[in-house]
Amino acid sequence: MSVLFILIIVSLVVAAGFLVAFIWSVKNGQYEDGYTPSVRMLFDDELAAKNKEDI
Amino acid sequence: MLKTSIHSSLNCYHCGEVCTNETIVFDKKQFCCEGCKTVYEILNQNNLCNYYNLEQTPGITPPKNLSKKFEYLESEPLIDKLLDFRDENTSVVTFYLPQIHCSSCIWLLENLYKLNADVNSSRVNFLKKEVKIVFSHQNLSLRQLVELLASIGYEPTINLNDLNNTKKKPIDRSLIFKLGIAGFCFGNIMLISLPEYFGLDGIKESHFAKFFGYINILLSLPVLLYSASGYIQSAFQAIKHKTINIDIPIALGIFALFFRSVFEIITHTGSGYLDSLAALIFFMLIGRIFQQKTYDILSFERDYKSYFPIATTIISEDNIEKNIAVAELNVGDTILIRNNELIPVDAVLVKGPANIDNSFVTGESNPIRKEVDDKIYAGGKQIGQAIQLKVIKKLSHSYLTQLWNDEAFTKADEDKFEGIMTKMSKYFTIIILFIAFGSMAYWWNIDIKTAFNSFTAVLIIACPCALALSAPFTFGNVLRILGRNKFYLKNASVIEKISKATTIVFDKTGTITQSSKSNITYHGTALTKEQKNQIASVLRQSSHPLSKMVFNSIPTVEIIEVEEYQELIGKGLMGKINQFSIQLGSEKFVKNVAESSSKATRVHVKINDDYLGYFQLENSYRNGLRSIIVKLSPFFKLNLISGDNDSELDNLKSFFGNTSEFLFNKNPEEKLEYIKSLQQKGEATLMIGDGLNDAGALKQSDVGISISEDVNTFSPACDAILDAKVFEKLPNFIGYCKSSITIIITSFTISFAYNIVGLLFAVSGMLSPVFAAILMPISSITVVVFVTLATNIVAKKYQL
Repeated sequence: MSVLFILIIVSLVVAAGFLVAFIWSVKNGQYEDGYTPSVRMLFDDELAAKNKEDI
Repeated sequence: MLKTSIHSSLNCYHCGEVCTNETIVFDKKQFCCEGCKTVYEILNQNNLCNYYNLEQTPGITPPKNLSKKFEYLESEPLIDKLLDFRDENTSVVTFYLPQIHCSSCIWLLENLYKLNADVNSSRVNFLKKEVKIVFSHQNLSLRQLVELLASIGYEPTINLNDLNNTKKKPIDRSLIFKLGIAGFCFGNIMLISLPEYFGLDGIKESHFAKFFGYINILLSLPVLLYSASGYIQSAFQAIKHKTINIDIPIALGIFALFFRSVFEIITHTGSGYLDSLAALIFFMLIGRIFQQKTYDILSFERDYKSYFPIATTIISEDNIEKNIAVAELNVGDTILIRNNELIPVDAVLVKGPANIDNSFVTGESNPIRKEVDDKIYAGGKQIGQAIQLKVIKKLSHSYLTQLWNDEAFTKADEDKFEGIMTKMSKYFTIIILFIAFGSMAYWWNIDIKTAFNSFTAVLIIACPCALALSAPFTFGNVLRILGRNKFYLKNASVIEKISKATTIVFDKTGTITQSSKSNITYHGTALTKEQKNQIASVLRQSSHPLSKMVFNSIPTVEIIEVEEYQELIGKGLMGKINQFSIQLGSEKFVKNVAESSSKATRVHVKINDDYLGYFQLENSYRNGLRSIIVKLSPFFKLNLISGDNDSELDNLKSFFGNTSEFLFNKNPEEKLEYIKSLQQKGEATLMIGDGLNDAGALKQSDVGISISEDVNTFSPACDAILDAKVFEKLPNFIGYCKSSITIIITSFTISFAYNIVGLLFAVSGMLSPVFAAILMPISSITVVVFVTLATNIVAKKYQL
């Protein structure tokens, strides 16, 4: 059962990793503009299709 | 595809406007003007015609005559202020482009680098209508960049305000971080406390209990020190200022929870309440975030700086035109104002005549004619040919700017408003402290340990978590529901202020009337179809706003060639069609009389020598005005204040009845004073206005609602923005705000009921950690569920 000591600490470190990732993503402004990326994503598709035609 | 070709055969391929005057055919496509064609050419050359595939006719007609307009962007100090960032090679700039309206716009603006290789990258924020451009300034100056944008129809809006807040405020995300950390700690403390919940006695005895306890303390430290810091600081502030707020019992509860738990864990007498502590703070932070609903895209704090241009054309002594920043204008300078440009400072007309549209400042909708040597106040817009003016006051001393020096604008933004929460918490805190000390005193002589236990238990259980949640969730929900119905409030306290209003003051022009639309009626000898065509043909020659309005009011016309056309500014129009000579214009001009017989705006008609009659412009009132007044008048005093003349008084009386006050010909300061005088009489005022001329009154008023046709572009400083389309629903909005206060009071009652039950356990010293861990979330959840359901049901009742 002593392995629990290590496991709990490991699980906390993993969870803390996700916490850091969350804070980083907020700081990075990933939640700032919820609309434009959804439109931008569609452009890339269209451009790719066009390039294929060109080839 | 077929559909497209039909569509483009009638409308401009670029902007979608109907091609009326001239149709330019280029590349088998039709364009309404040279500007649109040029944009198409630019895009076509650079293989950017995908722009037209994404959306139908997405284009914006570019402005004419750009040659000198952006000259001021060459000035170094100005560039410094406009740029977000600059190093040796690259610059970063953010422009506000109100023209952004569809996905084609995003696509084109983000492909700007294809048009000019010196643009490194560009990124659009669609909701804010902003584009952030990174460019190498060694090859491409800021001016060239702006001209590039303008040439494809996206002319950036650069105004005085951009120069003032040089560094944009960083967005405050601390609440989100606090919530994230509280959530993380809450989850893990719960997980580690699981054995405790199931009462696994074997574990309790072992060294695990100690280990779990210490880990819990470790995890609760960031919650106490960081996530809860807002509540603790605010409690200390309140004590410092010798006031009581809701955060004092919260902070007491937090400290009681933490120190009692640490004590229990260290002395191995129990497992503590750290899970409750983390849960409490987590829930309360959710409430805060919920209430913090902000409409980033909307600006509630605009003053004159947002309207004024940053530069104007100055004419030096040797007659050279130069662009200069408005702030640098000196008394005695001569400035040139072109058609549709704003006059930035108080000035005297040197070369005219001028035709000033003061709708911005006074609300008067019809242009006023000014002669040479007349004084013209800042804020007016010239309509017609270019004029020259001599500056008589610097920008900071101008009439309009002075308005902003009124105390209504200098008073600190800090809200002195005492909300329902503050009032409740005063009594609450005193009662709780009384009970806590009372129960400690009772147990003191019987058992000291129980005395401390019951003292901390009272503070823990009475921690007004549910109380602190009900207002944020109610107000948050109300803000969201109102926002969905296009009524945007600046913050939650506006809801309470609306619910307390006793008097509603309406502005006239643009508020209860539609600024863009007027009812035009013809009075006099009936016109034949031929006469109508003749009148319309003459009107069509003129760019005067009145001519355009009257022209648009004449249905289906045939345009005839006009000879000897003359436009006499400030008087009217003349023209010859076949053997008929047509005169249109003011009464003085057409009838040759000295004085006008009416204050109403009229366009008189004379064909040959026969006076036929006149077209009268009547304000067109917004739909539903009558029903709004009927619904509001039993509950509020309704008054009207206008910068316009009283020509519509009779009409207005039929709407408002005789009990209302009507004030006409009021300038912005007088409007502000009027609101002040109402407030001194003890009225809580709610002002509804639109233009810059109402800005002072809106700010002074307890609640200032600005009505706007396009919420993104045009609104003075205010507490709330109402989309003109939902003007009819105003009584519903006000009623809903009132009901929300009732909802909050009901939810307070529920939360008190829980508190009383918990307190009975606490004073008797029987509070167990599990009981606390269950009761506190349940009371919070009940309150949150209740207010969420109630706000939605009541919203349905008000048809929102």
